[in-house]
Amino acid sequence: MWDDRATRRFFANKGASVGLVLVALLLLFAILGPLLSGHHPDHSDFEQGRDALGQLAGSSARHWLGVDHLMRDLLSRLAHGARVSLLVAFVATTISIGMGAIVGLIAGYAEGTRARSLDNALMRLVDVGLSFPYLLLVMAIGAAVGETTILTILLVLGLTSWFGTARVIRSKTIQVRSLDFIAASRALGQSTPLIILRHILPNVAGPLIVIASASVAQMIIAESVLSYLQVGLPPPTATWGRMLQEGQRMYTATPRLVVAPGVLIFLSVLGFNLVGEGLRDALDPHED
Amino acid sequence: MTDREQNDEPESGSQEPSEASTAELQSETYWDPPAGAGADADVEPEPRGEVARTADKRRPLVQVERLSKVFPVKKGLFGRTRLLRAVDNVSLYVRHAETLGLVGESGCGKSTLGRTLLRLIEPSFGRIVFDGEDITSLSQSRLRPLRRRMQIIFQDPYSSLNPRMTVRAIVGEALQIHKLASSRSEEEAKVEALITRVGLRPEAMNRYPHEFSGGQRQRIGIARALAVEPDFIVCDEPISALDVSIQAQIVNLLLDLQDEYRLSYLFISHDLKVVEYVSHRVAVMYLGRLVEVAPAKSLYERRYHPYTRALLSAIPVADPSKRRLRVLLEGDVPSPIDPPSGCAFHPRCPRAEPGKCDVETPALQELEPGSHHRVACFHPHT
Repeated sequence: MWDDRATRRFFANKGASVGLVLVALLLLFAILGPLLSGHHPDHSDFEQGRDALGQLAGSSARHWLGVDHLMRDLLSRLAHGARVSLLVAFVATTISIGMGAIVGLIAGYAEGTRARSLDNALMRLVDVGLSFPYLLLVMAIGAAVGETTILTILLVLGLTSWFGTARVIRSKTIQVRSLDFIAASRALGQSTPLIILRHILPNVAGPLIVIASASVAQMIIAESVLSYLQVGLPPPTATWGRMLQEGQRMYTATPRLVVAPGVLIFLSVLGFNLVGEGLRDALDPHED
Repeated sequence: MTDREQNDEPESGSQEPSEASTAELQSETYWDPPAGAGADADVEPEPRGEVARTADKRRPLVQVERLSKVFPVKKGLFGRTRLLRAVDNVSLYVRHAETLGLVGESGCGKSTLGRTLLRLIEPSFGRIVFDGEDITSLSQSRLRPLRRRMQIIFQDPYSSLNPRMTVRAIVGEALQIHKLASSRSEEEAKVEALITRVGLRPEAMNRYPHEFSGGQRQRIGIARALAVEPDFIVCDEPISALDVSIQAQIVNLLLDLQDEYRLSYLFISHDLKVVEYVSHRVAVMYLGRLVEVAPAKSLYERRYHPYTRALLSAIPVADPSKRRLRVLLEGDVPSPIDPPSGCAFHPRCPRAEPGKCDVETPALQELEPGSHHRVACFHPHT
């Protein structure tokens, strides 16, 4: 599916290249950031004080981006937030896309055949899932679970977000299934699982990848929202959403406490969306 | 009234094929069993062009009896489900190394018939026998070994090849499914031989379908079908989507392959000229039913059925000085959801007899015994 031409097409696309650079920088930041800054993200540096106007210390050689209201190193907290955001976003997306793809492929392939009751059952489940406001559902579960760990966040986000994917993949599967090369493969005696894996999955991979990259972006936002609403990971863990929430009280005095996580959320969402679109175009062989 | 008939009919027809009207229609066994050394069995396929062929076995390779395919059609959310009879009580056979042409207007059920024959579409009623084995209700796994022997070539060279696979993978898949190559290098060599056989260069192997023209894609589809060394190929309008200049090449390729591998074809087309050229026998289909089946020469010369007559008169003639009488039909093809009673063709037929053609269904039978020219009409042109 991926070959030299796809690579060429991907890099010929300026937006995709920009997106890839953003994502790469973000990954680098998540991996190296905490090491570079040399400060523990949760430890206060009591040598830092406020100035005469009560302002927090700004950037210095010791704290490149300054400190927050509890005198914790901002850069270190941002990098740690990047780790949390990316981990949650990638794993939750994998769960969500996997569920959506499996359900969508099965339902789409069963549609209109003797197994159509399977399709009906799965799609009614999806209807129910989609009828809940997504973030409300996530918050309700988050609140109900009580003690929030990274695992519960992952499961809550992953298992509540695949309904839309399943629906898109189902309709795409129905479309692909009706093409003659599926009939050709059946005429050759190919087994149903292999028809789905070899013929349908690669042809629905385009939308799947676009959904996945949009989903990574969406998960970053969802995780931030959960943290912002204080139903995410408990303090003192640094996450972008919680940093926004904590920073907003001093927004006028110290805007960087809000701007820094805000800009990172914005850039990472933008980066993943650009990469997703670039991948979609690159994977379509008709684009040559 | 008609609605009720529509809804009631399939049940009676399905469960009880021996029900009066059906039985009457089929009272004469369409194909005489080989044991009886029936008339048809001794007949060699009609010579096509200059080459005379011989049938090497007495029983036909493919035999279809009273095959019907009914699709439930639902109109609107609360509309009642009605039945579309795409294929209606069709019986036919294809002998070894023979081409049976299947002609008819678009939407008459030709393609559905072809795909039902291969069990790509499940038949509603009737029986499909392949080389003596009843495959009508074989499970897909039991069917798999037989899949190797019957293949299909499609009309649309664009949707018939997986755009995500290279030519090598497309043709190689056929070999893998039936384990026809013991190693990757053997598979590679076989794919290359097939690609070359259908007239493509070996370099084509590592390219994707969209890099080829329609005719080349059709060749890839043919290579895929050939890979499993089949005996029978359904050619589902294989040239209809192609450029006129390419059509002849593909037709000649199919004929060469038939000679080389003794293939049997069901050649579906609406191009009557091409069908005449490639077929030993020709079947004419109208609204899901066969109206005339005959050796190609006989069909094109005699044209007993009024519909065949109208259809064949539509063939354009290259010589402008030769004027032919065009038989123009009135009206459109009726919907197969609500087919006319009696002979489906009667509303458009110039020879329809009120009280007969619109009431009784004519059986497909020989006018002259032994001619193998069968027609379903009460008032054939004789």
